[in-house]
Amino acid sequence: MSNAPDLGFTPNEMMTIAASRALRNDDVCFVGIGAPSAACNVARLTHAPDITLIYESGTIGTAPDVLPLSIGDGELCETAVTTVAVPEMFRYWLQGGRISIGFLGAAQLDRFGNINTTVIGDYAHPKTRLPGGGGAPEIATSSKQVYITMVQSKRGMVEKIDFFTSFGHGEGGDHRKRLGIDTAGPTLLITDLAVWKPDLVTKEFTVVSLHPGVSREQVQATCGWTVRFAEALDATPAPTELELKTLRDLQARTKAAHQGTAKGKAA
Amino acid sequence: MVKFLPLKKAVAENLHDGDTVAFEGFTHLIPTAAAHEAIRQGFRDLTLIRMTPDLIYDQMIGMGMASKIVFSYLGNPGVGLLRRARDAIENGFPRAIEVEEHSHAGMANAYEAGAAGLPCAVFRGYRGAGLGAVNPNIKSVTCPFTGEVLAAVPAIRPDVTFIHAQKADRKGNVVVEGIIGIQKEAVLAAKRAVVTVEEVVDAFDDLHPNLTVLPSWTIAAISVVPGGSHPSYTHGYYERDNAAYLEWDEIAADRDRFQEWIRKNVLESSADDFAARVEHLRKAA
Repeated sequence: MSNAPDLGFTPNEMMTIAASRALRNDDVCFVGIGAPSAACNVARLTHAPDITLIYESGTIGTAPDVLPLSIGDGELCETAVTTVAVPEMFRYWLQGGRISIGFLGAAQLDRFGNINTTVIGDYAHPKTRLPGGGGAPEIATSSKQVYITMVQSKRGMVEKIDFFTSFGHGEGGDHRKRLGIDTAGPTLLITDLAVWKPDLVTKEFTVVSLHPGVSREQVQATCGWTVRFAEALDATPAPTELELKTLRDLQARTKAAHQGTAKGKAA
Repeated sequence: MVKFLPLKKAVAENLHDGDTVAFEGFTHLIPTAAAHEAIRQGFRDLTLIRMTPDLIYDQMIGMGMASKIVFSYLGNPGVGLLRRARDAIENGFPRAIEVEEHSHAGMANAYEAGAAGLPCAVFRGYRGAGLGAVNPNIKSVTCPFTGEVLAAVPAIRPDVTFIHAQKADRKGNVVVEGIIGIQKEAVLAAKRAVVTVEEVVDAFDDLHPNLTVLPSWTIAAISVVPGGSHPSYTHGYYERDNAAYLEWDEIAADRDRFQEWIRKNVLESSADDFAARVEHLRKAA
């Protein structure tokens, strides 16, 4: 997109910042690694200083200075309010209903917020074996709400996902309720181009806000299903100076920290 | 009675061909030295259990040691895919392996059930998830009090569990701190447990009373291997070698480069080589 105007920020930065704005100071957020982790920490470093961030390694109320490469980096534990064993994490804190937001990324996503991170192709004979669900299947059903963030592409946002790693709204409508799932499920999708919310009745993700400089055509061109747009479409406010500086500083610290360990590396 | 043994002997006495084995560690405290010793001793037909298989199972699968893998996240944490495991699952190279896949909640509950001496674990899980249709070990039970339908998975009971920990005292009690993961449950669920530690201290007199301690009589053997979890880390001793995880992605992508790496860093190395690998990761005092 060489013709795109220079807005002073990238689509990825807009995505992370828009996602960070969705989080509240009193949220208890189960953080997925990657884009969700960046968004959650920008929120903590800007408007939500008291947000409780939880990583599945058992670190509760963590406040890392750099973004962890894995869900179990040492700094998560060093800065946490407490660190619990993995069974306790999943039984008491997640299953026990203590998590307000489960924040997930996705390799493949459909219009109803169902996520695949397991396989591309057939499960028994996969074309690509992806890492699998980890904590996500239960994060998706036990968190009070689920936020999803991902970069748009036709490969990623598809008509039909190859595997139901994490259940969103299934076939839409009241499918969750029919399976006995009483949590809200995916209520927000933030991509590099737009903010999406599920339709109240069908539960299909609908674009409610376009990021600065983004057209409807761009959103459709990078999505594998026919996109629905809200009647009253909002414009996502551009990142503020503080938001951009916070994100960039965080990423610079992170890059320096992760490469630093290569120095003097033994064979 | 727990025995203090050189790692070579601890592995030879406790692991056998065909065993069901867990090398546990949740990003932190991964028992890499023990896994490398198992590679050197060339075991076959192992059933490998671990929530987050990561590099060491990629290496053992790449060396053709596993006939089955039980897991809940088959990735290189924060980096991407496990390319040797993928080669085995997608192409049957160097041999085909059976896959039993769970969620983290499923595995954590199953280990806990193993430690608790129960036949199965019951929890609220797998709702709407595709795993229930492809893993026959995911079933359901109905709560006799409320009628709620809950997930059930069989307890995990390894023949042997390997973990890495900070330290043991002279009697063989072991302390684990930081991100403690699933190690306590994995040890108590197993028939035998082998622990590698950074160091042995005279006594644990000054420890916090609620710290996670595995009493000596829950452990078969302890081996002192400083740096034994590299490129993972040991809280309080050295940091995670994130660069090595990034580098592994390239090494494991190529079958020949993988073999060359294993030859140099595993087959022609020993447990004694781990201390030097973490020297640059120890925090300046």
